[in-house]
Amino acid sequence: MMINDAIVWLIAIPLLASLLSLVFPKKGTAIAIAGSILGLLASVALVYQVYQSGPITHELGGWKDGLGIVLRVDAMSALFIVMTMLVVTMVGFYASAYFTDAHKKAQFWPLWLMMVVALIALLASGDLFNLYVTLELLGLSAVGLTALSDNRAAVQAAIRYLGIGLLGSLVFLMGVALIYTAYGVLDLAMLATVVEAEPAAQLALALMTAGLLIKSALFPMHFWLPAAHANAPAPVSAALSALVVKVSVYLIIRLWFDVFSPVLQPTASFMLGVLGALAVVWGSWQALRAERLKLMAAYSTVAQLGYLFIFIPLVMAFPVGEERNTALAAFLLLALTHAFAKSALFLSSGVVLQRAGHDRIAELGGTARALPLTIFVIALAGVALIGLPPSGSFLGKWYLISSAVQTGQWWWIVVIAMGSLLAAGYMFRILGHAFGPDESIGKVMAKGSEEIPALILALTATVVLGFGSAWMWDFVNLASPLAGN
Amino acid sequence: MDIFGTLPLWILLSSLLPGLIIFLLKEESIRMRTTLNLFGAVTKIGLIGLMIWGVFHEKTIEVRWEMAPGMEMVLHADALSVLFVSLSAILWLVTTIYAIGYLEGTPHRSRFFGFFSLCVTATVGLALAGNLFTFVIFYELLTLATYPLVAHKGSPKAVRGARIYLAYTMAGGILLLIGAVWLRTIAGPLDFVEGGVLAEMSHLDPWALRWIFLLLIVGLGVKAALVPLHGWLPQAMVAPAPVSALLHAVAVVKAGAFGIVRVVYDVFGVEFASSLNLLPFLGAVAAITIIYGSIKALSQDHLKRRLAYSTVSQVSYIALGTAIVGPLATIGGVVHLVHQGVMKITLFFAAGNYAEKYNVHCVSEMDGIGKVMPATTLSFSIAALGMIGIPPVAGFVSKWYIGVGALEAGQGFWVIPVLLISSLLNAAYFLPILYRAWFKPAKAEWLEEYKKSGHKEMKATLVWPPVITATIAIIIGLFAAAPFSPLEWAQLIASREYRQ
Repeated sequence: MMINDAIVWLIAIPLLASLLSLVFPKKGTAIAIAGSILGLLASVALVYQVYQSGPITHELGGWKDGLGIVLRVDAMSALFIVMTMLVVTMVGFYASAYFTDAHKKAQFWPLWLMMVVALIALLASGDLFNLYVTLELLGLSAVGLTALSDNRAAVQAAIRYLGIGLLGSLVFLMGVALIYTAYGVLDLAMLATVVEAEPAAQLALALMTAGLLIKSALFPMHFWLPAAHANAPAPVSAALSALVVKVSVYLIIRLWFDVFSPVLQPTASFMLGVLGALAVVWGSWQALRAERLKLMAAYSTVAQLGYLFIFIPLVMAFPVGEERNTALAAFLLLALTHAFAKSALFLSSGVVLQRAGHDRIAELGGTARALPLTIFVIALAGVALIGLPPSGSFLGKWYLISSAVQTGQWWWIVVIAMGSLLAAGYMFRILGHAFGPDESIGKVMAKGSEEIPALILALTATVVLGFGSAWMWDFVNLASPLAGN
Repeated sequence: MDIFGTLPLWILLSSLLPGLIIFLLKEESIRMRTTLNLFGAVTKIGLIGLMIWGVFHEKTIEVRWEMAPGMEMVLHADALSVLFVSLSAILWLVTTIYAIGYLEGTPHRSRFFGFFSLCVTATVGLALAGNLFTFVIFYELLTLATYPLVAHKGSPKAVRGARIYLAYTMAGGILLLIGAVWLRTIAGPLDFVEGGVLAEMSHLDPWALRWIFLLLIVGLGVKAALVPLHGWLPQAMVAPAPVSALLHAVAVVKAGAFGIVRVVYDVFGVEFASSLNLLPFLGAVAAITIIYGSIKALSQDHLKRRLAYSTVSQVSYIALGTAIVGPLATIGGVVHLVHQGVMKITLFFAAGNYAEKYNVHCVSEMDGIGKVMPATTLSFSIAALGMIGIPPVAGFVSKWYIGVGALEAGQGFWVIPVLLISSLLNAAYFLPILYRAWFKPAKAEWLEEYKKSGHKEMKATLVWPPVITATIAIIIGLFAAAPFSPLEWAQLIASREYRQ
């Protein structure tokens, strides 16, 4: 009974925790940590449940088709949910040490937990209107969290982020409205059965995709991301880069391949791939030139999201079935690896920033001696971001190249090679400076609560996903709507 | 539970676990670190002994772990991997002893020995890799583990050298990856099989296979320092002497050469590769590299740089032996994997000793050094003579087999001149060093210091490693026909590669 309602608990627990932390601000940390751990357990139960019995549909309150709120979880959303909960839990531990000011903490936890609610609800939403609502909720809580930094740059970035987010949601909403006018349904599963390749559907899909592209910061709509992600407090940056932008990519994949597949145009998917390729090259190049650690990490996110978009034309070239699922599972593995690696990188950047007093890359000398564990975590995250073995992204990129070979789309391989080399450039640049001789940083050792969560995330990205992800392909085959259709 | 089945895993762990623990050790816990290092190295040799016994008795020694559907990490012991694993393990032990003495009193030793152990773990993983997928994984891990070793000193020069090394090897790694993925995609999961597997897959487009071969060889050629991909090697000379020794003898350069042997023999199959007209290309690159490296070595006054170019040249004998179709040439190429390693590590130990004791870095400063460092210089001389190809030192055996193999295969008209020119050039850059070291008068202050120290050359941990490896070089040359010698083992490998 409890197990079967895992998805409901996953929304209810953070929601309750958010409200409680608002009412009892002094107990905020304890409430949030307890809520996150419970949520993480529930997400594991959810994956187990979906693995056992296939995709699940849950009608809240028992209302039938199209009336109540419908929650749907398949392999893709279950994996994204467990990813979200692991990142959120680890970052939560870190945040409890990061914020020292009680007032800041009181502001942070309710917003943070509301963001978690929005993420989970979005990933489980089964209809377009709820997607819009959760997108909006996610955007607003993310903006609030970004503005928690005291400096002027962060506030400016937050305001810009707010405007961009609203613009994205508005464009998305226009698409939703168009669909409702044309078909009279918002439920994704019902929509998938009635949608046809006609102008209204095409325009609606284009609008929704455009809104999501803005939110997912695909090149050239990435301009707002580096400032927002680099200036937010470190725990917030970690969540923004690892989770918030990624769920928009998730939604694009969901809408394109599960709902609107009759409408799809190869040209459009090719265009998204091209933009992804440009993002890989441009983002990596900017990361290589960045002077600050957090800005480097933010540009790296622009680049890494690009890889996910390169999957779109490749997935589309496969017929529905096992081959497509294989590519899709590789997409998920790459997305998960990036989430863990990037959040580990941002947390480590936060440690460096707080302990060394700055994050200027050229002046990082001595940090390897003063913060050995943190630099080790950065190196592990680097392994995953470059795509070296034994990380999950190594396997992800292997399949990316393999899909390109299979479908004869050779040009993407050149982009992947360039992106990997540039990533090696920007990650080893950090390590080169960190190992440099410099005595200006004294003997500083960070606390375990700051370093251990990042270590767990980085090890998950490199070792756990590398050696322990073979089941994910089965999972996608078993519990994907693509397989059943 | 089959104890032999899991041996490869234990062999990896015998250096991985000590390495990970060493990272956590304080700088001052020297005894603990030394114990761990030696314990790991000795354990590894013991386990490999067990594995050789197992291979000899035809036990299946294999570990498989599925990382993704149809993509298995396979660690497998066959004749070729046993050869390379044994070489790595023995030279690791000797180099560890040397490094303990060499680095005494320098900072960051825990970091150094940690990465040193990881480097050996990656090399052993490469040797035991049972398919291309596994090979690529360890090939990249090797790059990661050696980068901090090259950059170890932290000086701007060291950081620059390491960066160049990284740029070359990362680019090579990507090409190897693309080649491996391409092959995996069109041909399925290919476990390394003696004699090759592609010959039976007639549905594959020969031109695709040619491109794949090129990608793989270029990717491997970066580490094997094939001209023109060798640019990183002289730059990486800034590394501490034990690192250079290991890099040149077993780890990086040899990993590339070993990979070429694997791809030609156990993926393509040497006869099939020859039918695709791929081997003349490899042979030409190897020949050019042999001559070019020797010519460059002539003009280097810096001793380690001269040795580096000598490596460029010598390692390509392995590629050359591989490029000639015929069991004798195969024996020559494969056995040179071992011979070059033993000889080259001796040369680098000696070069490290010269630099350490009298701050001698250049050939022109070596006058009379044999009189004050007789054991080191004797070892150096033996290895140098072996490199030239003078019997009974091991190098002669490799050159002899490659030469005879080329004649047998009707390729003598170009291989024999290459061997002759190269040997002359080897003599031209090694003999003057020996002449200087033994026959020129030594500096008065050296003689005085030598006398004062009671004719003690250096501490035992630095003198014994080159003496040991030089002795091995003579023994494996002199007793090449004895059972379990590298040559015997290479003959076993060759007999399995040409079964049809």
